[in-house]
Amino acid sequence: MVRNEYTPFLSEILQVKKHTDIEYTFRMAFSGEVKPGQFFEVSIPKFGEAPISVSGIGEGYAELTIRKVGKVTNEIFERYVGDKLFLRGPYGNGFKVEDYKGKELVIIAGGTGVSPVRGVIEYFNEHIDELKSLHVVAGFKTPGQILFLEDFAKWKQNMKIILTVDCAEDDTACHVGLVTEYIPKLELQDKTNAAAIVVGPPAMMRYSINGLLKEGFQEENVWISHERKMCCGIGKCGHCKIDDTYVCLDGPVFLYTKGKNLID
Amino acid sequence: MGYILDESSMQKVLDALKKDYIIYAPKRKEGEGMYSDTDCIRYEVVDKVAEIEFFEKSNYSFKEVLLPISQTLYYFTEDEVKEAEPERKKGAVIFLRSCDLHGVKRLDQMYLQNGFVDYYYKRLREAVKFVVIGCGKSYDNCFCVSMGTNVPEDFDLALYPGEGGYHLESRWDEITSIVGQLEEKEIRIPFVEENDVKVKIPNNLSIDIIKSSMWEEYNSRCINCGRCNFVCPTCTCFSMQDIFYTDNGKAGERRRVHASCMVDGYTEVAGGGSYRRKNGERMRFKVLHKVYDYKKRNGYHMCVGCGRCDDVCPEYISFSNCINKLEDAMKEVSNNG
Repeated sequence: MVRNEYTPFLSEILQVKKHTDIEYTFRMAFSGEVKPGQFFEVSIPKFGEAPISVSGIGEGYAELTIRKVGKVTNEIFERYVGDKLFLRGPYGNGFKVEDYKGKELVIIAGGTGVSPVRGVIEYFNEHIDELKSLHVVAGFKTPGQILFLEDFAKWKQNMKIILTVDCAEDDTACHVGLVTEYIPKLELQDKTNAAAIVVGPPAMMRYSINGLLKEGFQEENVWISHERKMCCGIGKCGHCKIDDTYVCLDGPVFLYTKGKNLID
Repeated sequence: MGYILDESSMQKVLDALKKDYIIYAPKRKEGEGMYSDTDCIRYEVVDKVAEIEFFEKSNYSFKEVLLPISQTLYYFTEDEVKEAEPERKKGAVIFLRSCDLHGVKRLDQMYLQNGFVDYYYKRLREAVKFVVIGCGKSYDNCFCVSMGTNVPEDFDLALYPGEGGYHLESRWDEITSIVGQLEEKEIRIPFVEENDVKVKIPNNLSIDIIKSSMWEEYNSRCINCGRCNFVCPTCTCFSMQDIFYTDNGKAGERRRVHASCMVDGYTEVAGGGSYRRKNGERMRFKVLHKVYDYKKRNGYHMCVGCGRCDDVCPEYISFSNCINKLEDAMKEVSNNG
């Protein structure tokens, strides 16, 4: 008989890291293959199931950065270290670090869009010599909403980091403005051969990609990741289908040449 | 091999099947139709041949036998998950028409081949035999000939109540051994060769059709009730639903229930974001899935031309008319070019 993909397994919460009032990173016990950009279906009986992307990977664990915005996530925030959540997955294709090796890489992320790329940044932070250079442009609404602040401080040693916020509440160390403003300012040797990853809200992705293409980036060197409703994660429930593409099976990571044709 | 059976011999065949199989067939439900004094024909377990509705199209398809409207996947108790038992312990024999048998191929594609194998579908799909019912005429809104689904491919039995009794063609050894004592007859199970409704899917159909103004009509006409999805033999979408027992709040079950791409909430993500808010956009999404993008992925069209969506629509929206508008709409979008 085939495997029952729908049956979740219990995973213990090993650590909870609070970023903002509504965004925590849950370190979940997990041993198995997992790639950045993949997702787990996280569930709590009675409240339901939600797809959450992997924001960090380590020996014996996978991290999920969760924003408290719905029925399931509200309930997840009631759980703490030692409690358990039901998981199934990981699903989806995820980012392949091999795609970027030997290149100048630019990562542009907005808000919780940082989660799916955090694993990519972590990998290259450890293996920075595998890239020609790495730029990370991350945008948040306010300084108080910045995720992974400690990580950014750590990553700064090995890569160029531009942290920007839409509006500053007070004097802040970060830039003010949209991520798109920083695209023309990127100092790269050869933009036509540079790679880019763009993840964030739909409008932010659209404008960022336009900006990159205007700077000479090639569509086939740009990767994106999509967020859609998914009830199964395994190509059955239909909710994430766009044209002939299932975001859960064929994505959520797409090369822009493919992703640009996905019109809901 | 062909045979002609009288009612009692046909009943004997059914009785023999009932030992190992549950028989599902279209059954007339008097007075249960969508308007007053109308009947509804839908799938149920049958005991007697006489209960089977052979002469009218069923309002709902066979798909509920393989994909229950609401299906319990597992039970929760505290920190444990227990897989639900299968809905039936026996095999199933399904009486259905040619279009619907072609529909089975689409369900198989989605649930057995598109990515992972679906455990619950596979479990119900195993040990299922198909009895195809001949169509003596084309019914209202049918367009199976245009969709190439008027003639069945793989079936176990073909049956038609014709002249002199039940005409039966058997490709099933077990049945052949039951009816084998009867004299073999030259029979021909009828299938539709022409429908009043014909559709033409333009060869140049492309995703540019999204830009056409043709979809706007449905913004006001469609009331997004989703009935077209629920009667469709090839609609496969579902949503998850958790149920908790009122007298023990710590125990409950997770179910999947049929979902509709026409109904609000289908694309809603946490935080309130959603796609395709307009009914015209939803209509476009559905139509293109049935006659465009499913084929791009799987090599043949999803729609089987049963016309049930047209039969059921309370706003008299015709799916086949919509398909026939695609050609002009392609001209419109290429002129805009």
